[in-house]
This record gives sequence, structure tokens and C-alpha cells, in this order.
Amino acid sequence: MPIELKMPALSPTMEEGTLAKWLVKEGDTVTSGTILAEIETDKATMEFEAVDEGVVAKILVAEGTDEVKVGTVIAVLAGEGEDAAGVAGAAHDGAGAAEAIAASPAEEAQAQQATVAARPKQEAAPASLRVEPEVPEGTEMIRQTVREALRDAMAEEMRSDDRVFVMGEEVAEYQGAYKVTQGLLDEFGARRVIDTPITEYGFAGVGTGAAMGGLRPIIEFMTFNFAMQAIDHIINSAAKTNYMSGGQMRCPIVFRGPNGAAARVGAQHSQNYGPWYASVPGLIVIAPYTAADAKGLLKAAIRSEDPVVFLENELLYGQSFDVPKLDDYVLPIGKARVAREGKDVTLVSYSIGVGVALDAATKLAEQGIEAEVIDLRTLRPLDKETVLRSLAKTNRMVCVEEGWPVCSISSEIMATAMEEGFDDLDAPVLRVTDEDVPLPYAANLERMALIDVDKVVAAARKVCYR
Amino acid sequence: MAKAAKRASEEIGSPPPPTHNRERPPEPQRHQASREELLEYYRQMLLIRRFEERAGQLYGLGLIGGFCHLYIGQEAVAVGLQSAMEPGKDSVITGYRDHGHMLAYGIDPRVIMAELTGRAAGISRGKGGSMHMFSVEHKFYGGHGIVGAQVSLGTGLAFKHKYSGDGGVCLAYFGDGAANQGQVYESFNMAELWKLPMIYVIENNQYAMGTSVNRASAEDQLYRRGESFRIPGIQVDGMDVLAVRGAATTALDWVRSGKGPILLELKTYRYRGHSMSDPAKYRSREEVQSVREKSDPIEAVKRELAAAGVSEDELKKIDTEIKRIVTESADFAEQSPEPDAAELYTDVLVETY
Repeated sequence: MPIELKMPALSPTMEEGTLAKWLVKEGDTVTSGTILAEIETDKATMEFEAVDEGVVAKILVAEGTDEVKVGTVIAVLAGEGEDAAGVAGAAHDGAGAAEAIAASPAEEAQAQQATVAARPKQEAAPASLRVEPEVPEGTEMIRQTVREALRDAMAEEMRSDDRVFVMGEEVAEYQGAYKVTQGLLDEFGARRVIDTPITEYGFAGVGTGAAMGGLRPIIEFMTFNFAMQAIDHIINSAAKTNYMSGGQMRCPIVFRGPNGAAARVGAQHSQNYGPWYASVPGLIVIAPYTAADAKGLLKAAIRSEDPVVFLENELLYGQSFDVPKLDDYVLPIGKARVAREGKDVTLVSYSIGVGVALDAATKLAEQGIEAEVIDLRTLRPLDKETVLRSLAKTNRMVCVEEGWPVCSISSEIMATAMEEGFDDLDAPVLRVTDEDVPLPYAANLERMALIDVDKVVAAARKVCYR
Repeated sequence: MAKAAKRASEEIGSPPPPTHNRERPPEPQRHQASREELLEYYRQMLLIRRFEERAGQLYGLGLIGGFCHLYIGQEAVAVGLQSAMEPGKDSVITGYRDHGHMLAYGIDPRVIMAELTGRAAGISRGKGGSMHMFSVEHKFYGGHGIVGAQVSLGTGLAFKHKYSGDGGVCLAYFGDGAANQGQVYESFNMAELWKLPMIYVIENNQYAMGTSVNRASAEDQLYRRGESFRIPGIQVDGMDVLAVRGAATTALDWVRSGKGPILLELKTYRYRGHSMSDPAKYRSREEVQSVREKSDPIEAVKRELAAAGVSEDELKKIDTEIKRIVTESADFAEQSPEPDAAELYTDVLVETY
């Protein structure tokens, strides 16, 4: 039997990758452990090793091919006693040309199940999503991933201000645990792109002290789950000092990194800290959804005189959006964005929840309900005005939050709606959040625990009494 | 009397531990102070003592609230160390027992006392209190209430000195209690790894609140706490301002020459409770009395001054002057108005969003 070599999933969130380089050619004999190819994932460049012995009969995906889906057959090995040429011919007939590598639907589905089953599939950014009016009419757009936008934001600010530096675990030589700091070491050197030991409490304190001394640190947490070890400095040292010093001692620092549930990493690595930090006076908390917002708001965060907690999302890093091609694209902190206009119900969300809300809005539209989607973007200070204006227009509201329900951003929005928008309400505000449990590992349980489009659609219909 | 760390090899014999071949700073020499320097030390130490006594009184009268940690007994540490620092270039950070350090750094006693009484004229406009005072102008970065936090923050200040190449050194004070906090060691590691210009100062006053050093520390020779990070440590008599000053010079030479951080353990003693609400059940009155009689840092300087030929009259004049300053500070602190109600909402954020 010929052996099919399939595009491997080399990280928990990888759905596709680039086949960067073949290290073998057709006719080569390989044994277990032979490095076959270099594959670029959403996080790193990895080596792909052979498990079986055999002869490379046919390479089906040329090197340099982007967006090769996980599970795609990329090469065929002839096993012991098989004729490589014969196998190659059969493979060619069966799998078709390299361009037509989209494997059979069943195979693709299977591959997907194996790798990303836990998550509702991340749709590409909906076409309805147009970049906000902050951009002048006719501005050229470039397609960028959130990851690239974040890196560009840091690089641009580092170019213009020597006080800005990046510090964290694996930010330099490894090029970022999630590749967000890719290339920064090459451009800015080890003085300004600093690998730390695994020592969150310590380097959060070092960064905070450096900010007090007048620098502008960007402190990367590999994920915000690990920032719990450092939360004392974020809150007690960074957030409170300006107040405690009567406005004398500032702390212009950005704490950034992925936040919220990733995929299949279990309870300790899957938590949304938005509500925690958003409850603290003295902090700015930002949680963008689009790449444009990620860029414009990170630049604003780095320039801010106040300490900023900048919450990214691992599952969004690889998603592409339109980003305005401007020399200096900076967005205002504390301003929500209407991501989709509608008149029947308002869906309020932030970060990855916005994608779910937008997909739900598409589905609702098919059912005759026009949902307006508000992307909060900044969680503190909260743009209550935009939320209340939308509520006054639609009179119905659902909060969509990838996070726990209790003491959540949703709770805050609901309280605001009651305190300041009571007369505009035609129905109680509902919230669609993750289940009130630690995030489970099993694929089916994880899926059940997280928000999804159907839950949002159901809640929206309910507040519309449909 | 400054005592250098005994080489570990002398203590445990062969095979020699890795410390053996490491470069160490030279044995610190007790500072040869001029008459003027001695008078200045005396003046500063006395100011701290009288200031703190008055703060204690005002606390008793209900004019100072919350926590109030007095520096009485430890005066030689801050005065000796800070006399060696370069104002405007070097930075200082400490924990919650911070009044003494601020006074030794030349910060106006009136605005410190007014902060203690929570008045608008206080250095933090009444919003910080005893534990949270700062003077960016003097490069005094607080005044931190979380035990040990100032150690990593101070390491960040040292990082800034190195990053900017401004030639400054950071001096971070912490107590024998804080020396058991994990972040202290995280900071040691980074400071040595990156050769930061950092002086770690353990003020070992023997008690972390009510827990004595040997009830809390497996290695109670705290100057050795940097060894696993290759940070040299020196134990210093913290009741002798000249020994402290001598050690400060050695430490600064080491750090300024780019050799990375250094650790000083200052053996000292606090006469008063941990804070004003200390039941004092963990040590005897006799113990305190005995230190006061035998090792008081101010009495020691007085003896030095007498030997240098300074007359009683001259000292009396200083005493009177200090009394005047402290009385003035207390009056200022009592008479200044409380912060305006609008201050409640200011300084939460710097910018408007």
C-alpha cells in the first residue's frame, strides 16, 4: 500500500500552513526520522519528519505553496516492495494535479475534526465588515492578519520612539511564541527586544519599574493565563501609582498577549480576563477583534501615558482583515465601533465574540431580523454612549461574550442598560456567554461550553419575541 | 564594622564550591568621615528620629490614620547609604517604612508629615498616605505597600539606567521579611543575567512583623541570598553609619564598573513596633532596651563627634534646629486643609479618553 503523507497540524490552532521547503525529492529513500519538509505554521517554522520507511514516489504540493489545509495529501511514499513509479502514477490519477489538492470533502472534514474540532469554525471576516469611518474615503486597504497588524504597530512605534521596547518570554530569538514579534529582533536588536526567563511576576515588575523610570515598555505575556502570577504588579504597582502619587508618577506600559479560550488546551490555559482588568480603576483595557483595530489601538496604547492591558486572542491571530494603508494609523481608545448596522436588536460584543455576533447577524437577517453589532473594542473606559445609542434605536439587546457569565462585561452592559437605558428597553437584556464551568478538554464538552452562533440567534429571537 | 562574607570554602571545606573563583568586591572600609560629614550624618539621623517620634505622637492623637511604620533605630542605614548616592542621577525605591529614606534624600519634612495626616499639601496630595509617597523630582520612586514589590520595580529602574546609558544606579531597600518573597529571586536572576546597575539592600531589623529572622529564613545569613545568582553579598553593621557609608562606596564602585548587581545586608534594629498597632509580644522589653543602650546609631555618631572635638553646645544647636523643623512640619501638617472633594476623581488616569 502506498503511504499518503498529509499536511500535519503542528499546533493546536493550525488549520492550514505553508509548505516552505521540501528537503527530499522524488526517488529518495526515507526512513523514520528523515526530515521531509519545512512547514510554516501559524506559530513557527517546523520540520516535518517521516514516520514510515519508503521511497518518495510523488510530491503533490510544490514547495512555496501557501494555505495548504491540514490533512491535504502532500506526497506519497512507496512502501517496501512497491514500485515508486507505479505509485506515483496512481497518486497522480487519484489526487489530481497539485493545484487541485483540495482533498475530498470527507477527508477534509475528517482532518478538520482531528485538529480544530473544538472550535466553531472561524469564518473569514464577513464581507459586511467595512473599516470604520475613522479612515478617510478612498483609503487604500491591505489584507493583513491580526498577527501582522500587531507586529507592524509595535515596529512602527519602536521606530519613532527609542523609549519603546518589547520584553517577554520567547519574544526575540524564538520570534514570538505566537509569532507576533516576528522580525523585531532583526530590526531592533537585543537591546530593545528582550527575552526574559520564565518569570512573569519578576518581568512584569521590571517592566513596570522601567515605565516608572520613564521608558515605554511593551510586556508580552505568552498568554494572559500566566499573567495571574504577575497581576499584583499590573494592579497594585501599575494601575494605582498615578493616583497614589497625586499624579506625580506615571506608568506608561502596555501588557499584551493572547487572552480567552484557545483550542483544546484545557481550563488553565483558557480564560478571559477582560472582566478582571476592566474592573480596576487606573487601567485601560483594550480587546480588539479586527486587524485594523488591533493595529490602531495597539499604537494608541503604546503612546498612552496610562497603563494598558491589551487583550489579544490566539484564534484571531491568523485571521485576515482590511487594514488601512496609512503611515500612522492610530485609533482613539475608549470608542466602540458599529460593526454592522441594524434596527431590530443590538448585539454587543468584543474580541472573538464579535465574529460570532456578526455570523449570527447574517443568520438573523435570513430570518428577517436586522441585528446591529457593536464591537466595544475598549473594555475600560467603556463606550456606554455608543451602546445606549444603539439600544435607543433597536430597543432590544443581547450581550455576546467569550467568557464566564458572572461579573462579566455582559453584566456591566446589562446594568448600564437598566440604569441609563431603561426607558428604551422593550425586552430584558440577555447575555450569551461561555458556560459557568472551567473549560473542559474533550472536544464535545469544549464546544458546548463556548458561545456559538446558534445560541446568539436563539437569544436574539427571544428578545425580539420571535 | 563591615564584615565581608566568609568564603564558603572556609566553611564547608572541599570540594570548593563554585563561589571560590568568583570575583568579589574588596572588603569595605569604614568611612573616614570629615567633621562636616559627621555633623551632617548626625543632623539627618536626628531629624529622622525626632520626625518619627512626632509622627508616633500624631498617630496617638488620631491625626495620622491607617498603617504607620516608624524608622526609629534604623536611621544609620538610610543616612549612610544615601550619603553615597548621586542625587539626580541615582534612583531609590523602598517599601512601606519609607519616611526615613525620604528625609535622608532631602525631601521637605513638611510635605511628608502633611501626607501622613492626609492633607492636600502632602507629597501625594493626601492620596497616598504613609506607605505611598513618591518624589520623581528626587528620583525617589516610593513608597510601596506590597512586601517585595519594590525589588522588581527597582530592578526595572536599574534596567532603565542601563537602557538609557545614563550612568545611574538603583538602590532598592527591602526588609528581612521581604527577602523571602519569590519575586526578589526572580529579580536577582534578571539583574545578574543582564548586569544591571543595582544595589539590593536588605535592612535586616530582625523581625518581619513579629516573626524573627530565624523563624522565617532557612538561610538566615541574608547576605548570602544572592549566591545562587552569582550576586556577591556583604554583611554590614547597620547601626554604624560609617560602616554603612563604607559599604555603600564599595557597592557603588562594583556596580558602576559594570559588574552587575550587589547585595548588602544591613544588620539593624527597630525600636518601635512593626506598625503603630504592634502588640510587642514577640520580643522582650529588655531586648529592645539593651540594643538602645549598647548600639544606638545616633549615640555612636555622638561619640565620634566628641572625639572629633565637636562641643556639646554645637550639638545642642543642632538639636534645637531639628526640634524647630519637626515642630514646624507637624504644625504645617495639622493646619493644612484636607484635599478638595474634587480630588477624589483626579489622577485616576493621566489622559482623557
